[in-house]
Amino acid sequence: MYLLRRLLGAIVLLLLVTLAVFAIFFLVPRAAGLSAEDLASRYVGRTANEQQVHDMAVKLGLTDPFFVQYWTFLKGLVVGADYSTGPTTVHCPAPCLGYSFLTQNPVLPDLLDRAPVTLSLALGAAVIWLVAGVATGVISALRRGSAVDRTSMAVALAGVSLPIFFTGLLALSIFSYSLHLFPPGGSYTPFTQNPAEWAYDLILPWITLAFLYAAAYARLTRAGMLETLNEDYVRTARAKGLPERTVITKHALRSTLTPILTIFGLDLGLLIGGAVLTETTFSLPGLGAYLYQGIISNDLPKVLGGTLLAALFVVVANLIVDLLYAVVDPRVRV
Amino acid sequence: MSTGENLDWQGGTSPAAEGELRPRRVSSAFLEVRDLRIHFPTDDGLVKAVDGLSFSLERGKTLGIVGESGSGKSVTSLGIMGLHRGPANVSGEVWLDGEELIGSPKDHVRRLRGQKMSMIFQDPLSSMHPQYKIGAQIVEAYRIHNDVSKAVAHRRAIELLDRVGIPEPASRVNDYPHQFSGGMRQRAMIAMALCCDPQLLIADEPTTALDVTVQAQILDLIRDLQKEFGSAVIVITHDLGVVAELADDILVMYAGRAVEHAPSEVIFRAPEHPYTWGLLSSVPRMDRERQERLVPITGSPPSLISVPSGCAFHPRCPYCDLTGGKSLTEVPELRPTSTGHEVACHLTQERRRQIWTAEVSPRL
Repeated sequence: MYLLRRLLGAIVLLLLVTLAVFAIFFLVPRAAGLSAEDLASRYVGRTANEQQVHDMAVKLGLTDPFFVQYWTFLKGLVVGADYSTGPTTVHCPAPCLGYSFLTQNPVLPDLLDRAPVTLSLALGAAVIWLVAGVATGVISALRRGSAVDRTSMAVALAGVSLPIFFTGLLALSIFSYSLHLFPPGGSYTPFTQNPAEWAYDLILPWITLAFLYAAAYARLTRAGMLETLNEDYVRTARAKGLPERTVITKHALRSTLTPILTIFGLDLGLLIGGAVLTETTFSLPGLGAYLYQGIISNDLPKVLGGTLLAALFVVVANLIVDLLYAVVDPRVRV
Repeated sequence: MSTGENLDWQGGTSPAAEGELRPRRVSSAFLEVRDLRIHFPTDDGLVKAVDGLSFSLERGKTLGIVGESGSGKSVTSLGIMGLHRGPANVSGEVWLDGEELIGSPKDHVRRLRGQKMSMIFQDPLSSMHPQYKIGAQIVEAYRIHNDVSKAVAHRRAIELLDRVGIPEPASRVNDYPHQFSGGMRQRAMIAMALCCDPQLLIADEPTTALDVTVQAQILDLIRDLQKEFGSAVIVITHDLGVVAELADDILVMYAGRAVEHAPSEVIFRAPEHPYTWGLLSSVPRMDRERQERLVPITGSPPSLISVPSGCAFHPRCPYCDLTGGKSLTEVPELRPTSTGHEVACHLTQERRRQIWTAEVSPRL
């Protein structure tokens, strides 16, 4: 029952996300005074005449009213859609996200092609930042005020403050272009093809992305640990005669990690939907780069598809986190 | 004396004590605390939480340590267990069954905790890990000190829960702390503390967080268990009512020092320290008519950073003037009196008895 309610809520949320993206792409240009033909002119050749532009506007559905366009999009999602490309008709099967206005490629297969890249990037980075961030946070909390603590917190502050396109380019220029330790930007080998190559190509993006998150997680863990170490139940654990290592890992860390789990789930969900900055910095052909291309080229179907998929990941991650939370913290169970 | 060494937050003991040329007499008492001092250096100054405390306790006996918040009673108990927090300067001696603990390696004291000496705390809800089952927490405590399988420890947990009066222990053992009521949680805490048959049990305000109706049950339970196991018990409380029936001896603490130490019956029949009189006057009596208001002790407990000169109680003491200024300059020693009783007060014993019988006693 709970699950059903949550799933229903998730669907409503996704509808709202698409509606919002649609509204931005439909209403904003029109509010700026652009007609359907003005929009369509972006998608035809430079020498096209007025008739060709108008035909393109009709073909892309830009002349239809807002809700008709939205309805067409939704219908495509549920039952698929047919597109006429002059002499023949192409059928786009059920979850149809439409065709790119520019390249005429179907969006969904493109997205599915790119998903493994983003997934590889996000999962690898997540493992690194979770381990590095939590370990740094715990050590900092245990040696509060020491040189180790101060240094790692200073580095963490730098980590959260420096943008990826800065640290990423720095990493590329030092480790790849100067020292030639790692491959240059744009290198990617699918895992299925060569796992070692896959990892080697992704090390720099992983570390760059993980640095940002590890910094935030180290600070969170440190603050959480300092609070938990003062809890009465940690004193009880010591009073039982547990070795200090067990007190820290089994008792203090367990409670500290519970709220971090929530944030981790959401962060990961968001990243799997597309790590826009990292992918563009390292020229990785992932979902974020796809979304970015869609946005700069005004390619509505690409943006819609990319956004919808990203939103889907966040919603699913949220759901998993909520379900897991009940497992981790018995007080949430009813 | 303080070694001046900053210890880490794990609350270790001072290894420097071993190197000192201090004649150390092995204690013959089961538990003997000698001149215990626990000082915490803070940014505002040195907090002298415990400042020269001595007492001893035998197996099968109960000592009540009584005092207001901030009198150092909890720090004393944590100090004996080696559980005090923060960078602390610890000195003095704590002898447990012929072994000195302050100078012992941390890991050795850690092994004694939960086995030879164990502790129950004030708030049983916050003192149990919210994310582990009650049974798992007892099993963990048992298995640190006993090399047994989980199944054996689990049976032991059920047996203990049954012993402390938890109904249907075989199913409740799988509950989480939040599924227990306050009194049941404290029973479970007691079960956990007793799992390795400790010879010393320290109960720090064991009933303060509980309903009045449950308080008496918990106190009865502690008393029954003590009879059964023959352990030494220290009950720490601010409530003289709690220790009245439970304790053989009572130690009254003020500002980190003992001000009166006597058999329980003597404390209630003929207390000699003005602070003890104050504590007694603030206990409600059901057997008296409600014609007079309770008499609180005026003022508030002193800051442990700047303890008043001389007798720490002098700013709040109504009889301070009767010592001819001695109370303001000289710290009173805890001295035995003719009634087998120890008191730290500059008033002459004669004077104290006179004030008690003429002024204080009739008011109670």
